[in-house]
Amino acid sequence: MTDATAGTDQTTTGSPATTDAKGGMIAADGTPLKKSLSRALRRQKMRALLLIAPLLLFVLVTFIAPIADMLFRSVENQIVRETLPRTVAALSDYDAGGDELPGDAVFEAAYYDVFFAAERKLHTRLGSRLNYEQTGASSLFRKSGRGIDDIGEVYQDQFEDLDERWDEARPWAELMGDPEWIAAQDAWSEDDGAMPPFELRDGIRDVLPRTAMAYETFARFMQTEEEDSPLEEEPWTVVHTALYQDISENGVAGYSGPGADRLQAVEALIASPDFETIRFQDGFEEIDEDWVDPEIWKTIKTYSPPYTSGYFLNAVDAQKTADGPALRDEDERIYGLLFKRTLFMSMVITISCILLAYPIAYLLSNLPMRTANLLMILVLLPFWTSLLVRTSAWKVMLQQQGVINDVLVWLGLVGDADRLVMINNQFGTIVAMTHILLPFMILPMYSVMSTIPPSYVRAAKSLGATNWTTFWRVYFPQSVPGIGAGSILVFILAIGYYITPEIVGGTTGTFISNRIAYHISSSLNWGLAAALGAILLAAVLILYWAYDRIVGIDNVKLGG
Amino acid sequence: MADMGNGDAFVAFERVQKSYDGETLVVKDLNLTMPKGEFLTMLGPSGSGKTTCLMMLAGFETATHGKILLDGKSINDIPPHKRGIGMVFQNYALFPHMTVAENLSFPLEVRKIGKSEREQKVKRALDMVEMGAFGGRRPAQLSGGQQQRIALARALVFEPELVLMDEPLGALDKQLREKMQFEITKLAHDLGITTVYVTHDQTEALTMSDRVAVFDDGRIQQLDPPDVLYEKPQNSFVAQFIGENNTLEGKITEIKGNTCVVKLDDGQEIDAIPINVDKVGERTRVSIRPERVEFLKDRLSPDAHLIKAEVLEFIYMGDIFRTRLRVAGNNDFVIKSRNAPDQVRLKPGAQIEIGWLAEDCRALDAS
Repeated sequence: MTDATAGTDQTTTGSPATTDAKGGMIAADGTPLKKSLSRALRRQKMRALLLIAPLLLFVLVTFIAPIADMLFRSVENQIVRETLPRTVAALSDYDAGGDELPGDAVFEAAYYDVFFAAERKLHTRLGSRLNYEQTGASSLFRKSGRGIDDIGEVYQDQFEDLDERWDEARPWAELMGDPEWIAAQDAWSEDDGAMPPFELRDGIRDVLPRTAMAYETFARFMQTEEEDSPLEEEPWTVVHTALYQDISENGVAGYSGPGADRLQAVEALIASPDFETIRFQDGFEEIDEDWVDPEIWKTIKTYSPPYTSGYFLNAVDAQKTADGPALRDEDERIYGLLFKRTLFMSMVITISCILLAYPIAYLLSNLPMRTANLLMILVLLPFWTSLLVRTSAWKVMLQQQGVINDVLVWLGLVGDADRLVMINNQFGTIVAMTHILLPFMILPMYSVMSTIPPSYVRAAKSLGATNWTTFWRVYFPQSVPGIGAGSILVFILAIGYYITPEIVGGTTGTFISNRIAYHISSSLNWGLAAALGAILLAAVLILYWAYDRIVGIDNVKLGG
Repeated sequence: MADMGNGDAFVAFERVQKSYDGETLVVKDLNLTMPKGEFLTMLGPSGSGKTTCLMMLAGFETATHGKILLDGKSINDIPPHKRGIGMVFQNYALFPHMTVAENLSFPLEVRKIGKSEREQKVKRALDMVEMGAFGGRRPAQLSGGQQQRIALARALVFEPELVLMDEPLGALDKQLREKMQFEITKLAHDLGITTVYVTHDQTEALTMSDRVAVFDDGRIQQLDPPDVLYEKPQNSFVAQFIGENNTLEGKITEIKGNTCVVKLDDGQEIDAIPINVDKVGERTRVSIRPERVEFLKDRLSPDAHLIKAEVLEFIYMGDIFRTRLRVAGNNDFVIKSRNAPDQVRLKPGAQIEIGWLAEDCRALDAS
């Protein structure tokens, strides 16, 4: 017997103890009852899981994962760091609050970064990204991609004049590359598959650090992206710039390896007073004057972290500044207005749906079954028509030369000259969306109302209540769950509606969702679209939570 | 109760008819008067028109024809909420979104009664049904019996003179139902309210009522106090519907004064009292209550007609024995005998002779 409480509940028939030391029930075979119960239910649970598995998988793949991706996109900002790694590092102690240009080190880093990005064709993507934050960044980067070569050409030309070999592929490769790699690369033919990866010659990195970095980047790029042999391609001008920098800084006096004579000749050239140099800052200024405006550097600095609140700030009409987030100028604010308009119009649509649906639902629930079913079909009829067709029909109805205006003019209620403007504004959106969403209000209301027994109304009347009191004090409170369910449904549907406002909304009747669609498909600012969507999602969840606190989600009934 | 002159009638139906579809009458020519303070039960099978009558009285249905009078005034055109009639519904119809106290307070509020008086009355009504401690609860938190009491209290709290009850105990279990039957009757008599009670449960009708109106086919078949109804049914339907009943079919062969001789279909003859038959040769259905049948000769009068019977089944039921016989071709002839020390227990297969007092055997219509 494992029973620690022996003597209290023990029977004398020798039956097994039914409780264990902790007082939990145990089964006939001695295992804890909970365990043996869960074992007995496991099969059942597994089967249930298998039954829902396809749907679960489907939802995970098509719904949960995209939402998670969207939420991630709204804060993700790797592109600046990935495209301009050296610049971001060099900017780390740059004061974005001041009005000064960053130092030469930053321009140097930017030169290398922009050069490599331009070769990889990544500079335009970065330009578009930064253009969301600072207008003009896109064209600035595009221009720089074209003009960045000019800086290096200054050195390239002079080195070439000094020695033809500075403009030839092979001598460069022999200077920078490992002899074994050169041999392997020479032996390589297209049938061998991948080229032998470029390797720097031993020791060259110590002598010419920047040149080694620039040439290695060039060689690797040629091999992997262009699939050309670095032995046959002239290096980029960035390599010449790097060579000038290395030699002017450290000299090559101590170097005696291959090509030492050529390098010494370069050193001598640089030392001569005729040698022409160019400051990186001047080079950038030549490309575009915007580079010597601190704004662009501030923007790069502000958006250098891998994650940013910038999209969200943008979505609430704010922007990142050196002093933290700040509202945009009055005339640049748009999303606050759109959010407010979306909420307001959804509210108006919900309320007009309630007002229209309540009497219908009441009638439906009080009619005999047959008649109610017939009317129900009429209510459901719009569901069987395409949304687009319904919306377009409203366009026909509401436009200035449309059916309603024609009738009003014919009746003489409205002059032909001043026909009513009922479409491409808020009015049109509200009318069309109320019509489209009405069934979503009627159905839950109807299903709640049809469960209210008529005896409540009779009881109230027998107790002396007038028709109005009966309705207001007895019937209405019991129909509130239906109103609640319908309102949540309609409001949440309305807040994210897209097609109808797009077609009949014009400029004043569009919703935030139209803006999201614009950023997804036209401006391609997915981060901002994601942030707007995330805010919308949060708004719906908050509303849901508030509703639960005020009305109670248990009070929502969609049926029986 | 004996005198039912129209002068002191509190509730009166005068030639009331009701049709829902314009083709058939659900209530056919209803005439009924009730004095103040009476407890009247409308009893009948479903579809007999009893609930329709109640709803017409409450004002939820309008009479197609005829007049309904309350305290001498026609209420045909008065809407339900102005009739001042308390009503208890089948499923209680307690407002689920209000507490018990709010439910009770509702009829007082709509009558614009002041707050302090309201609270006082609600408290008194709750105490009356012994539910004083439940004022703050919601109806859903109460048991069926408790909800029933609250429904009763709500119907009474505004002190109506007439209370209607529509099968109020239908949803309760047997024990609770019996308890509530007693409580409702007591309350109604103590408060002196006039009550119209609708049920299809004949035991309920018999135990609670001053008078019972048996409905069938849109008509009152019989309106009498329970004992009269049980012992002196006026037609086959009432005899059959109220209590357990044995029937034998036959033909009247002789009528002498207030007794007659009925020749059963197998040729045996019995004595009976003619109730709604009057011609010799007319077919009749005689009705005898199981507990009035005797099979011991010394308990019968010497001149009584005896008929043969075969014992088919003997059921021991504790307080009584229930014996099923075959009599004149009827296999469901039942007799009930008290479980007394000297009582004979009949064995199945035994051939016996049975008889009864002529006044216990009523010759009724054959339909």
